[in-house]
Amino acid sequence: MKNRKTRLAGILGASLLLAACGTSGTNSAAPPGAQGFTPPKLEALKALGQPEGQLNVLAWPGYAENGSNDPKVNWVTPFEQQTGCKVNVKPFGTSDEAVTLMKTGQYDVVSASGDASLRLVASGDAEPVNTALVPNYADVQPFLKDKSWNSVGGVSYGIPHGWGANLLTWRTDKVAPAPTSWSVMFDANSPYKGKVIAYDSPIYLADAALYLMAHQPDLGIKNPYSLDDKQFTAAVNLLKQQRPLVSEYWSDYLKESQALKNADAVVGTAWQVTVNLTKGEGAPLESAVPSEGATGWSDTWMVAAKSAHKTCAYKWLDYIISPKVNAQVAEYFGEAPANTKACAEMTDKTLCDTYHANDAGYASKIAYWTTPIPQCLDGRTDVKCKDYGEWTKAWTEIKG
Amino acid sequence: MTAFSAFFYRKPRLRLGFLLSAPLLWLGLAYLGALAALFVTAFWHTDTFTGQIAIEWSLDNFKTLFSDAVYRTITLRTVGIAALVTVIDAVIAFPMAFAMAKLASPRAQRILVIAVMTPLWASYLVKAYAWRSMLSGNGALSWLSPGYGVTATIVTLSYLWLPYMILPIYAGLDRLPDSLVDASGDLGAKSFRTFRSVILPLTFPAIVAGSIFTFSLSLGDYIAVKIVGGTSQMLGNVVYDNIGAANNLPFAATVATVPVVIMLVYLAAVRRTGALDNL
Repeated sequence: MKNRKTRLAGILGASLLLAACGTSGTNSAAPPGAQGFTPPKLEALKALGQPEGQLNVLAWPGYAENGSNDPKVNWVTPFEQQTGCKVNVKPFGTSDEAVTLMKTGQYDVVSASGDASLRLVASGDAEPVNTALVPNYADVQPFLKDKSWNSVGGVSYGIPHGWGANLLTWRTDKVAPAPTSWSVMFDANSPYKGKVIAYDSPIYLADAALYLMAHQPDLGIKNPYSLDDKQFTAAVNLLKQQRPLVSEYWSDYLKESQALKNADAVVGTAWQVTVNLTKGEGAPLESAVPSEGATGWSDTWMVAAKSAHKTCAYKWLDYIISPKVNAQVAEYFGEAPANTKACAEMTDKTLCDTYHANDAGYASKIAYWTTPIPQCLDGRTDVKCKDYGEWTKAWTEIKG
Repeated sequence: MTAFSAFFYRKPRLRLGFLLSAPLLWLGLAYLGALAALFVTAFWHTDTFTGQIAIEWSLDNFKTLFSDAVYRTITLRTVGIAALVTVIDAVIAFPMAFAMAKLASPRAQRILVIAVMTPLWASYLVKAYAWRSMLSGNGALSWLSPGYGVTATIVTLSYLWLPYMILPIYAGLDRLPDSLVDASGDLGAKSFRTFRSVILPLTFPAIVAGSIFTFSLSLGDYIAVKIVGGTSQMLGNVVYDNIGAANNLPFAATVATVPVVIMLVYLAAVRRTGALDNL
């Protein structure tokens, strides 16, 4: 019965199309809520009550550490002591796993990337968040607030946590001159054939679309996550053309680090944490956001609509983005913290510069992960866009 | 208690049924039940927007499986890898098993069996990653394979499943009476002739028994190919991606029926050789 309700809510959300308008660039230009669907009507919490004594957290690995991985890395226990909310942490590996687990209704808060957050909003699994009840929200970077992946129709659905870009990285001893374009990874005549390493996920199609935005403007791609038939085929073809250049696809960042260290791959797409790790082991590595821009992630803490521990949930939201904890997480995971005051709390003061935490210009160059849905995210209503299911099928086909 | 045993002693059929009921229940529910559930799921589909499984019967998943060339390619690649791994393992395992069973002293035999099994005590992942660094561009065995890819996968899987081939062949050769080999020599057969006409026919079922392990284990593997396979993917990866990334359980179930069917065909063919008595 519960499931059926959720499904009906989702279908309702899908069918009520907004005649969304306006040009929506991938970046800051998108008006909040132009996603082409209306979420189920849910109310945000009005006021905090007494902490309920328990909290079930669904988090990316490294976001809610309770000392079980490394006794020195623990910010969950201090939270329990402060609030009396006993925390159960469940880590997840992919955005899809997070969405599936949230549907069970057993979790109170989730750290959702952009390719999960909208789905949770649309299906009614996540409810709006009353930011007035989260004092630390005032210190969150302005360029992270009211974005298409954390707000719908001007209503906030979560608290920004941290972000990062999928960078172009290369070995300075093998790749010269330093590349300024993704073309070293996509061009059929790339001199680094057989030494390219690419990300192993259907969402990587967006990287190809982003490249086409700059190199084939006549395709008219406005947002790399909303591709119609023709644009989608072009992106798929670009990746098929890329495949002979690729030595490996990575989904485990340690595997990529090793390939770069051994020079089995000399150029590829990587996370900041991978670059730091590999450089730390002595490999001559450099990274940058190329001229075409880059894809990336921006994570949001969301509250489950069915949560029975909402006061504890809001306490967690406020705690996890408090300057000190936000700094700890960002440092441990390797990303830019959302809280402007977090930089002062880092043990390594250079990290905020490395991650460009205060650089709104840098942040606006990133096309953040978003779930492709049939309703075009860029506001077009005359065509149907390819949904994530089709992205996945195409990805299998690209790898062959 | 006596009455109890006497009762079952008088009724042997009931006794058999009683003893078999627990394992049969396990087989029926946990094993065949799971397979049946898998097969049924393959006819459903997933609502792409909400991610819920929609219980509507259709053959669409199977249509996709047969009409898209990519799944044919992946199936053929997977079967090819599994077949090559099996052949390589058989070629390496036979001389080793022969030396263990016929040439080594009884004491050395025991030590060799333990030595063959030792790698099975180490973690699968450790072994796969060890091969990853050995096959890397500046690794110790980089000459074995041109970078990561299908060749590297075959090499790694051959290493991983070798003990499963050696042990059945060793058992088969151990059962082969020395007198038959001697008799063949007495009748004037040279060593190759003895091997071809006496040893090979008698141990063939054992080789086939080993091949069931190596073939089925390779058929279902998706981790080694992720670690050393470069850009290539096998059937297991398609299943994994459809569950992990696409949340499309029904299509994953459809793809998962492919290795099941291949193994059923293989086992049916193998049954005729009598290899199933050697397992």
